[in-house]
Amino acid sequence: MTDLPQNTPPQPIAVRCAGVEKSFAAGETTVRVLRGTDFTARSGEMTFLVGPSGCGKTTLISIIGAILSADSGSVEVLGFDVRRARGGRLADFRLANLGFIFQQFNLLPALSAAENASLPLVAAGHSTRAGERVASEMLARLGLEQHLHKMPAQLSGGQQQRVAIARALVHSPRLVICDEPTASLDAEAGHTVMELLREVALAPDRGVIIVTHDTRIFEFADVIHHMSDGRIVQIEGKAATPVEAHA
Amino acid sequence: MFVVALRMLFGDATKCLGLVFGVALSTLLLCQQVSIFFGLLSRAASVIDDIPEADIWVMDPAVKTIEVPYPLRDTVLQRVRGVEGVAWAVPFFKATTQVRTRRGTLDNAIMIGVDDVSLVGVPDRFLIGTLDDLTLPDAIAINPAGFRLLFPGEEPDVGRELELNDRRARIVAIVDAAPAFSANLTIFTRLSLATRYTNNGRNTLCFVLVKAADPATTAALAQRIATEMGLKAVERGTFRSETIGYILETTGIPASFGTVVILGVLIGIAIVGLTFNQFVMENLRQYAALKAIGVRNEWLLAMTLTQAAFVATVGYGIGLFAAAGFFATAGRSDALRGFHLLPEVAVGVALLAGVIVLVATTVSLRRVFFVDPATVFRG
Repeated sequence: MTDLPQNTPPQPIAVRCAGVEKSFAAGETTVRVLRGTDFTARSGEMTFLVGPSGCGKTTLISIIGAILSADSGSVEVLGFDVRRARGGRLADFRLANLGFIFQQFNLLPALSAAENASLPLVAAGHSTRAGERVASEMLARLGLEQHLHKMPAQLSGGQQQRVAIARALVHSPRLVICDEPTASLDAEAGHTVMELLREVALAPDRGVIIVTHDTRIFEFADVIHHMSDGRIVQIEGKAATPVEAHA
Repeated sequence: MFVVALRMLFGDATKCLGLVFGVALSTLLLCQQVSIFFGLLSRAASVIDDIPEADIWVMDPAVKTIEVPYPLRDTVLQRVRGVEGVAWAVPFFKATTQVRTRRGTLDNAIMIGVDDVSLVGVPDRFLIGTLDDLTLPDAIAINPAGFRLLFPGEEPDVGRELELNDRRARIVAIVDAAPAFSANLTIFTRLSLATRYTNNGRNTLCFVLVKAADPATTAALAQRIATEMGLKAVERGTFRSETIGYILETTGIPASFGTVVILGVLIGIAIVGLTFNQFVMENLRQYAALKAIGVRNEWLLAMTLTQAAFVATVGYGIGLFAAAGFFATAGRSDALRGFHLLPEVAVGVALLAGVIVLVATTVSLRRVFFVDPATVFRG
């Protein structure tokens, strides 16, 4: 974990979840995935969310990412009450404030690297040309200046993930949500991606939440939330708060 | 985002081609069949269309179409000429006869007999010879398709002789008559000769063609003739419509062509619908990613409609081009002569192509709308 001075004033809270419940129907039974989950992430920090498969990590970041709605509890992201908004407003909120990095990259195969990276800007109303110019600058920062016009199929896994990072950051979102960003990469590529994320994505007014199983990248975390059976069971890091406090 | 939509479409070249092909095939089928349908109906009324100078057609009250004439008494002509408001009235004879071709086979021919003096009723489009040549002994004029039927492989020419009902007939002119519905060969001759060539009995008058002295009072004149004579007298346009209506009512042509049109639409919807659905299914994850990023459903709708509009426009354009090519090429043959790609058909098929693509897209749109963006977080 990154060593930060202990007397650094606490960063503003980017995400605050309290008592979040979420269940899914599975046939005739109902599976409680989140069981009154409390979670906090601050701007300027890299917050890791770790835990075994099926513990509710992905469900939690889907709710934080305004993609999935919670059954109960409160979810406040960048001061926006996610649970009270619907449809178009949620989409607008995501487009303006959030960046997503997916395990499977989810790049559009028919678009070049620059075109893929420019998608959030184009969706927000920028012209294709203007969007690609900004995206090209971002890709250059990520070391892909030689690959701007290559299609995803022509790029390596690490390069594709860097394009996905560029797409997540091109519109300067205040919160970046990453789902297993290194799962499809080898150790070296994973390390490089995390260094780039820390360098480019993190800022005093910008937070990063990473869901991962990959213990090789834990060294990049400022805070690690351990999750089990739909709850946060342990918090490690500079702002570590005993979980027992929530219990 | 429109560019993104098109790039997504072009990115899957096979499906893009499949979609365009589906629309093009439907367009070609619809344009071709509907144009041939209207061409056939036009052929049914071609004899009427070829005599624009006749304002009114007088006939037996039982007659419904020019294809099935019923003889009138010879005295009718003089009585019609005596009706007030008639500028002129001439006899007109139409019958079907058989002609022996050079190959020894029999073929149907339409025999048109016109007034011996005025020769009103013969189209003025003479390719070889003149109208006056029809005043020569045993003179007949035939259409080019008929000449090719009688003398295969030979260039249309005059001077050849035919045997019609054991009587000699000499071709003196080639007339570019509009293609007829029931036969490829049309023979024009004087009424006095036509009755001999067809052995039609005593009553040789089928129709009386009337020119109104005042074109503005044609309808009233037709009514007056009908009332005074106890016959059927209708304006040219009305008789044309009745003739076409008769074909529509008594033949299987509308049902046959209607079936093809319905099949064309269904095949189009099936091909485009299935291909588009497959395209959307394979790109569902991409749509989910776009939704997760924050692209609204309205934008996804616009993107999908952009793809549909491209497919419809290009597919329709190719289909229309192919249909125009078909008529330009096949229209040279005698069997398909006179069939054209009608502008009204092109416009109508454009609307149908739009409907095909819209219906086919609507099913897929539902998937795009309801795709869960959270699926992008699943591995």
